[in-house]
Amino acid sequence: MAVTTRRPGPPAGATEPAGSRTDRNAFARYWHSRWTEARRSWRLYWQLYLLVVLPVLYFVVFKYVPISNAVIAFKDYNVIKGPWGSDWVGFKNFEMFFANPVFGTLLKNTFILAFYLVLASFPIPIILAIALNEIRDGWFKRSVQMITYAPYFISTVVVVSMTILILSPRIGLVNDALGLFGIPAVDFLGDPHYFRHIYVWSDVWQTTGYSAVIYMAALAGIDPALHEAAKIDGATRLQRIRHVDIPGIMPTAVIILVLGVGNMMAIGFEKAYLLQNDLNLAQSEIIPTYVYKTGLINADFSTATAVGLFNSVVNLCLLLFVNVAAKRITGKGLWG
Amino acid sequence: MSALTSSVLSRLRPQTPAVKRVREPFRDRVFLIVVTVMLVVILALVLLPLIYIVASSFSSASAVSAGRVSFWPVEFSLRAYKEALSNPQVLRGYYNSLFYATAGTLISVTLTVAIAYPLSRKRFFGRNVLMTGLIFTMLFSGGLIPTYMVVQDLGMLNTRWALLIPNAIGVWQVIIARTFFANSIPEELHEAAMLDGASELRYLRSVVLPLSKPLLAVLTLMYVIWQWNTYFDALVYLKDPDLYPLQIVLRNMLVLNTRGVGATNMAQQMAQQQLANVLKYALIVVSSVPVLIIYPFIARHFTKGVMVGAVKG
Repeated sequence: MAVTTRRPGPPAGATEPAGSRTDRNAFARYWHSRWTEARRSWRLYWQLYLLVVLPVLYFVVFKYVPISNAVIAFKDYNVIKGPWGSDWVGFKNFEMFFANPVFGTLLKNTFILAFYLVLASFPIPIILAIALNEIRDGWFKRSVQMITYAPYFISTVVVVSMTILILSPRIGLVNDALGLFGIPAVDFLGDPHYFRHIYVWSDVWQTTGYSAVIYMAALAGIDPALHEAAKIDGATRLQRIRHVDIPGIMPTAVIILVLGVGNMMAIGFEKAYLLQNDLNLAQSEIIPTYVYKTGLINADFSTATAVGLFNSVVNLCLLLFVNVAAKRITGKGLWG
Repeated sequence: MSALTSSVLSRLRPQTPAVKRVREPFRDRVFLIVVTVMLVVILALVLLPLIYIVASSFSSASAVSAGRVSFWPVEFSLRAYKEALSNPQVLRGYYNSLFYATAGTLISVTLTVAIAYPLSRKRFFGRNVLMTGLIFTMLFSGGLIPTYMVVQDLGMLNTRWALLIPNAIGVWQVIIARTFFANSIPEELHEAAMLDGASELRYLRSVVLPLSKPLLAVLTLMYVIWQWNTYFDALVYLKDPDLYPLQIVLRNMLVLNTRGVGATNMAQQMAQQQLANVLKYALIVVSSVPVLIIYPFIARHFTKGVMVGAVKG
């Protein structure tokens, strides 16, 4: 996001020829003008600077101090000595985590779950949005929108409880239905193989309507002239979707996908932790739940921080990588 | 369902119009029917689980435990609701959650506006650095334990503050607010106010905020919903059951299935187990009612907020 600030005086390099002395002059002039600008801003806006003190303090205390606290990942954390006073151990905590047999399982579980989630929850909102866009405005369209949108606002605890109840082997709806076909009851939550499907599809159930809204807006932004032209050329609705709508929402879709992949590793603790039980742990233990258990239940701060940091770094790398890829493909990344 | 479909289809058919409309080609009409059927299926998939829960909550304990309820209450009963609403833990959680939602939202909206408005002023020196600093926190965080240590050092552990302060400001919400201020409040108003001798704060209070009601509505809804629905912070920071928000109470009763059993004999134990089952359905409904009440506002305002953030953020 480029901000154009008007600075007084002639543009740099307009009056003097290039040379090392002038470069230094330009440098000094630049900082001088920044300084003037800052002072003027303070004179004009000192009240606004007072206003941002509290929020800035919030970000420093609750976002940046934790980043500095993360140094304990490289230390043998001792409560009395504090995060900076504790003894350095280098990468020992990381090495121990990588050597731990649980590491491979955790990484695999987290990656597969996250990837599956991104893949499954990407196309369905697009299909819903396009379908809604095709039918005429009216009560039906409005109801579909309102109702599919609603689950997004149900809490995770409630969605998980609903899932557990509906899939319950004794009283659940799904097993009732299976029973009609003579299929014996399945304990879905007790079997690690079902965990990912349960996680992902309950998520799709919850977020599809919400995600579709963004695509609806993108579809509404498509120039109607394109549709008119296609109609005159005799294109069917399906062809218009393929050649007008889909290219029209492509930029939005790419950004959403980039954000999705970039945030893959930040996959929610809340739901996985709730869906977990001793029986399905083989596939349901993911990095965030492991961090929680190691850090707060076993009180091993250093290891938990190291694992969390590992996760954050992987996530950041993924986001930067995907952003570059998106720029290559579409010429547009997250930051313009 | 078929009545619904046919009435929908009749609407899709081109009506004899005042303005002469070109009749849709055959292939397109078939396509529209397919689309409509698909939407009906999606609608059913979303709606049926919800109907099942509500139907079960109004059924008798024995019917639920026998798995006899599908989409209509069996042996209609309000017993589960009576039980749910007389449970001291649930009431306590309800009260706590109302408090957290109100106080938390107040704090969050205030702080969000306090940083978003200055960031929206073009000549506010340092805005780019500040914005980068905020966005960085979206991309990278210290993690659970380092944040926990800060909360601990501040003495907030096991106090109500732990749910109000550590996650008070959402960067996404700041972006939405900043975009709104930058695009929806005309610059001329600022000039006029300055000419009239208003200070920056006066301008914010008397001109900007009154014009920002849609934004304030969006922010309020976002924070209220978040506060009402989250359980993570409470799980991590709270130990005292008296401070538990509703979601933690729900988790304990619904997911972990821990309920005091003081039954003496088999029959009593079974009856209690049955009641515990149907109680879950009622709890789900009861806990979602506040969100349901504000849902019409959400549907109206939330969408706009999502748009502002998505299109221009």
